[in-house]
Amino acid sequence: MAENSLSFKGTKAQEEKLMAVIEQNKEIPGALLPVLHEAQEIYGYLPIEVQQMVADGLGVSLSEVYGVATFYSRFSLTPKGKYQISVCLGTACYVKGSDKILAEVENKLGIKSGECTPDGLFSIDSCRCVGACGLAPVMMIGEEVYGKLTPKEVGAILDKYINEEGGKQ
Amino acid sequence: METVNLKINNIPVEVPKGYTILQAAKAANIEIPTLCYLKDINCIGACRVCMVEAKDKNDRPMRGLLAACVYPAEEGMQVFTNTPAVIKSRKTTIELLLSTHQKKCLSCVRSNNCELQKLALEYGCDEDMFASEDAVYEIDEQSPYIVRNNNKCVNCMRCVAACKNVQTVSVIGAIRRGYQVHVGSPFDKSLDESPCVGCGQCIVSCPVGALTEKSDEDRVWDAINDPEKTVMFFTAPSIKATLGECFDLPIGTNVEGKMPAAIRRLGEGVKAYNMDFTADLTIMEEANELIQRITTGGTLPMFTSCCPGWVKFVEHYYPEFIPNLSTCKSPQAMFGAVLKGYYAQKMGIDPNKMFVVSVIPCTAKKFECTRPQLRSGDGDYDDVDVALTTRELGRMIKRAHIDFADLQDEDYDLPFDKASGGGVIFGATGGVLEAALRTAARTLDGNFKKVDFEEVRGPEAIREVTYEVAGVTVKVAVTSGLGNARKILEKIKKGEADYQMVEIMACPGGCINGGGQPLQSDSVRNYVDYKALRSKALYDQDKNSEFRYSDDSPVCKMVYDEFFEAPGKEKAHKYLHTSYVERGHKMK
Amino acid sequence: MTIEELNKIKKENEELVMVRKVVAEQAEEMAKHTGYRKQVLVCGGTGCTSSGSKKVLAALDKALKDNGLENEILVVRTGCFGLCSLGPIMIVYPEGVFYSQATPEGVERIVKEHLKEGNVVKDLLYKETVHEDGSIISLSETNFYKKQMRIALRNCGVIDPENIKEYIALDGYQGLYKALTSMTPDEVIQEVLDSGLRGRGGGGFPTGLKWKFAKGSEGPIKYVACNADEGDPGAFMDRSILEGDPQCIIEAMAIAAYAIGATRGFVYVRAEYPIAVQRLEIAIKQARDYGFLGDNIFGTGFSFDMEIRLGAGAFVCGEETALMTSIEGNRGEPRPRPPFPAVKGLFGKPTVLNNVETYANIAQIIYKGAKWYSSIGTEKSRGTKVFALGGKITNVGLVEIPMGTTLREIIEEIGGGIPNGKKFKAAQTGGPSGGCIPAEHIDTPIDYDGLIAIGSMMGSGGMIILDEDTCMVDIAKFYLEFTVDESCGKCTPCRVGTRKLLQYLDKITKGQGEMEDLEKIDELAKHMQKSSLCALGQTAPNPILSTMKFFKDEYIAHIQDKTCPAGVCKSLIRYEIVADKCKGCTLCARNCPVKAITGTVKQPHVIDSSKCIKCGVCMSNCKFGAIITK
Repeated sequence: MAENSLSFKGTKAQEEKLMAVIEQNKEIPGALLPVLHEAQEIYGYLPIEVQQMVADGLGVSLSEVYGVATFYSRFSLTPKGKYQISVCLGTACYVKGSDKILAEVENKLGIKSGECTPDGLFSIDSCRCVGACGLAPVMMIGEEVYGKLTPKEVGAILDKYINEEGGKQ
Repeated sequence: METVNLKINNIPVEVPKGYTILQAAKAANIEIPTLCYLKDINCIGACRVCMVEAKDKNDRPMRGLLAACVYPAEEGMQVFTNTPAVIKSRKTTIELLLSTHQKKCLSCVRSNNCELQKLALEYGCDEDMFASEDAVYEIDEQSPYIVRNNNKCVNCMRCVAACKNVQTVSVIGAIRRGYQVHVGSPFDKSLDESPCVGCGQCIVSCPVGALTEKSDEDRVWDAINDPEKTVMFFTAPSIKATLGECFDLPIGTNVEGKMPAAIRRLGEGVKAYNMDFTADLTIMEEANELIQRITTGGTLPMFTSCCPGWVKFVEHYYPEFIPNLSTCKSPQAMFGAVLKGYYAQKMGIDPNKMFVVSVIPCTAKKFECTRPQLRSGDGDYDDVDVALTTRELGRMIKRAHIDFADLQDEDYDLPFDKASGGGVIFGATGGVLEAALRTAARTLDGNFKKVDFEEVRGPEAIREVTYEVAGVTVKVAVTSGLGNARKILEKIKKGEADYQMVEIMACPGGCINGGGQPLQSDSVRNYVDYKALRSKALYDQDKNSEFRYSDDSPVCKMVYDEFFEAPGKEKAHKYLHTSYVERGHKMK
Repeated sequence: MTIEELNKIKKENEELVMVRKVVAEQAEEMAKHTGYRKQVLVCGGTGCTSSGSKKVLAALDKALKDNGLENEILVVRTGCFGLCSLGPIMIVYPEGVFYSQATPEGVERIVKEHLKEGNVVKDLLYKETVHEDGSIISLSETNFYKKQMRIALRNCGVIDPENIKEYIALDGYQGLYKALTSMTPDEVIQEVLDSGLRGRGGGGFPTGLKWKFAKGSEGPIKYVACNADEGDPGAFMDRSILEGDPQCIIEAMAIAAYAIGATRGFVYVRAEYPIAVQRLEIAIKQARDYGFLGDNIFGTGFSFDMEIRLGAGAFVCGEETALMTSIEGNRGEPRPRPPFPAVKGLFGKPTVLNNVETYANIAQIIYKGAKWYSSIGTEKSRGTKVFALGGKITNVGLVEIPMGTTLREIIEEIGGGIPNGKKFKAAQTGGPSGGCIPAEHIDTPIDYDGLIAIGSMMGSGGMIILDEDTCMVDIAKFYLEFTVDESCGKCTPCRVGTRKLLQYLDKITKGQGEMEDLEKIDELAKHMQKSSLCALGQTAPNPILSTMKFFKDEYIAHIQDKTCPAGVCKSLIRYEIVADKCKGCTLCARNCPVKAITGTVKQPHVIDSSKCIKCGVCMSNCKFGAIITK
């Protein structure tokens, strides 16, 4: 039943940062969303330990925090890959075949959208419109945007990241 | 008061400004069906069953259909509650719900008592209108008291509102969004891993069979059929005021005579005792404890401890108040100790061959039975083997095909048959304190004549009263519902209150509205003050009781004379008092 | 800040900015007074940033330094110009020439040949601006811009959005000054009412009326809020305004606050818009520094400040009550209306909520007057509307047109027609809440009522052009998938209804549909329109209803003939190799992930339909167009 089977590896420094964020925000009305944004920024995702800290810090129940965290698609309960791949499935991209781009990425990495590769390198998500409709179809890896893509080009782009990692090791 | 005039189905009606269409319609004696709306608990306009058609004051049709439970009645408005468009909309909405509802209706404990089923029947719905969805949710039956089957859930959020808004416990909530929305505990863990207090207000709020108590009926049947066991039932003070509802008797019918008659007919040798007796016993101990605390500078205020939901609430969320909880066991636990301690010795029965069944209005009491503090012997048996809700007892009586309504009244079994009116009113909010006040006041001042302490009975959510007895000022407070309890605790924490004694019941209205009581559907709850009717049955009985004071109860006198000596004495302390633990407010 | 100071800043910066707004001859004269011989504007909007404008900017800086030009050439990073498909975009003033798809290499040439030596690099210009005779036209003379009228977008692509002085130079904060010093709140509201401005977020509710209601609500605390949770997939009008001209939103919100009696504002922006958020943050800070936000603005005693709140990826939060619930820190579920936000909105207080584009018109309406604004557009739809033009259209980008412009003008003239010689099939407006305008209605004038009359809606401004290769059932299914994902799940008709509609469409696109499904869809769709809690559920069936209305034959083809006329729906198509065209290069066979293609080298290959998973890899790999779908 548990969503999050990975053990939590938060550091003291991260916790201090989160506590500072909570301290800063706890008096403002509607603080939960801003704090969750920051918490995800700090930890990369929102495991139960982090949500419990947020709940206690803001004086709301964990079930409210969890309800909010699962309502909004930007909040993630599982860790993301080092390289977060996001394929746009907005209308402009869709009519230009971005579903095929996504299929190719999934095929190439052997994982489905919403999953992370076992080595923690890549995670894939689909998104709704990054606003780069002029470049449709579009895929983002981290902050980098790849536009006017064809499925054929996907492999080479991913290889670039894979090779970069290989070189480091 | 400002009012608005409108017409409902062409019937003119004048209602206070701020009334919803639903309320206005009722004022015109027109009922509009609802599902997610539950008076005082949930008002979110989500299910879209209560849709009506309307025209504005200029006779123009209003856009779309309006949700009567949330839409305010407006001046000059014309509302139509039964047009073809309205009927069609309700039918389709219910059919949509049916497509996502696990339709195991034949064996569902809510069959014939299900709000969705009733609506489906009323609107001639086709349950196969839309393709049925697969049951994808795991059934959560890990806790000792509540079972959740989300495959039957209609997402009305009544349980969430009861848990979060009324009880402020908030261990369940809406998770995810869209079609994935479901109710559950954080991280979709079992309720058993959450800091749930077990009050069961979620169950009595549920319109369908998604929430039920964890049934212990089979264990009781097994014991009844076991020749080695002596099965001993005792029924909590409020059961007599509610059990009749399981058999379609009017709300507030007192069935104190039929109840033991029915229980005895469940099987040979089954005993039916009166738990009002241990309510009296609780008063004896609690009054003594209060006087001790006041005179020896103990921790004050003292909180009542008969409600296990409230006790668990303190253990989870306000552990700093554990010293304030009376160390008295609850009447249920006292009865277990009396039976397996005192009575077993007296009669020479092996406690292991006793099967003690309490019938309680409550799901939290199922948890209480499992508390290690309430195990006896050398920790080898529970004082109470099984706690059955009123609903479970009702089902057992039905399975035994006992014609409940036609039963002749019978007495409880000796020797635990008689009790005082003070014990009887334990079942309603304020009752424990009132019973305690009766005994305490007379103890302090033999000439004190007041018996009815109506100030503590209600109807305000929080009642604070100060009494002068024999030169002593006693400040007390009473509330029910954990949201109100939280308010009192925060007040005490801030140093804004200096009560000596506080009575708290977890369920709004006290045990008569417990999580184990017969279910009343929204069509009753939204219009009838069922809590008042149930309470009245208890107060009426109290008024006509042979004894009004707990300390006059002959059964109480007997157990002290024969065994416990006097309130607070060593033996009484050993058997009738308990301890509490800090549980933490986090998920396990 | 006083009016004298404001006017001083305006005067000091006016010519610098006007160089970009006037004809070349005038601009050249002006440029002489600015200290800069030339100005290079580079688009820093999301579209151009995605296509590499940061690298272009870096190359530009370096090349200017290398050529010793950094003191005589001004580089301005602007917001969106609109022509996103041609990014990164670069314009050189005073001549106003337009370089498209700029690269770092090209920039080196432009700096050397054009900026240093004075010779425009014609081969790098946008080809439409270079005539066959070699003459060059300016950007404003291109088909893309000619028919546009920029009010909401007036500063986008013109000013540096991170420099408040440039905003002031183009009448910035004059509207606020006028409102605060010479108008009563009621007069401000009357002006907005008279302008005929209607909500640009899609609803089309008269903005002035909204303000009037909020003003009429009693209470010491009121709020103004800005809806920048632009969630329609394929729409980016609001983002572009925030990125290109954030000050205009601040000024408008201050005016609204004055009108209704609020002192605090919230902008709810999608977290997916980092550039917009960053520019808005800078703009708010600058506005505070200059005294346009804070206490006692213009010495009038009026005080107002604002903050940004980030969305977190929930389309439904574009619905006004859901947006407020979200700002309050909850699951973004809509709440029933009444009470309307103007009576009981954010944190239970009277609130005015307008969308970005609506606000973008306000300062000018106040400054130039309602009469000027209401002279534009059609009788019931005054002013202009911004559209994000996307899909199968040559000029993908942002356009602002006077209300009443026809769809044909947008597609054929502004949009440059359908690429690859394909036929126009339909325009989708209003995103998941909207509908399709088929070719037979191409001459419909675009305004609120015109679009509703033909079963679509204005929406917030997404306009996706579809060509003959688009399957209309598939498009309806695409939108339904979106609403299924994005429904909040609170009310039954939307939570369950959207899923059921999708199931019907799924059946149909798999060739398992029955004719009676169409009736069931229609009934359920109408139920959702009438009984859903919020606009998301009420409008979710629109894409189906409008495609069923205009393209029923396609639905019938899927159901009765089990074919997808556009060749899109996987279950209904078959990939085949045309033997005549196949050269036997083996590329398809080597790339087929399931080894469904066999054949020997230099011989025509064959696809085994029983193995084929219809992924289309073969087709996209074939260099000879030998693979077709049937």
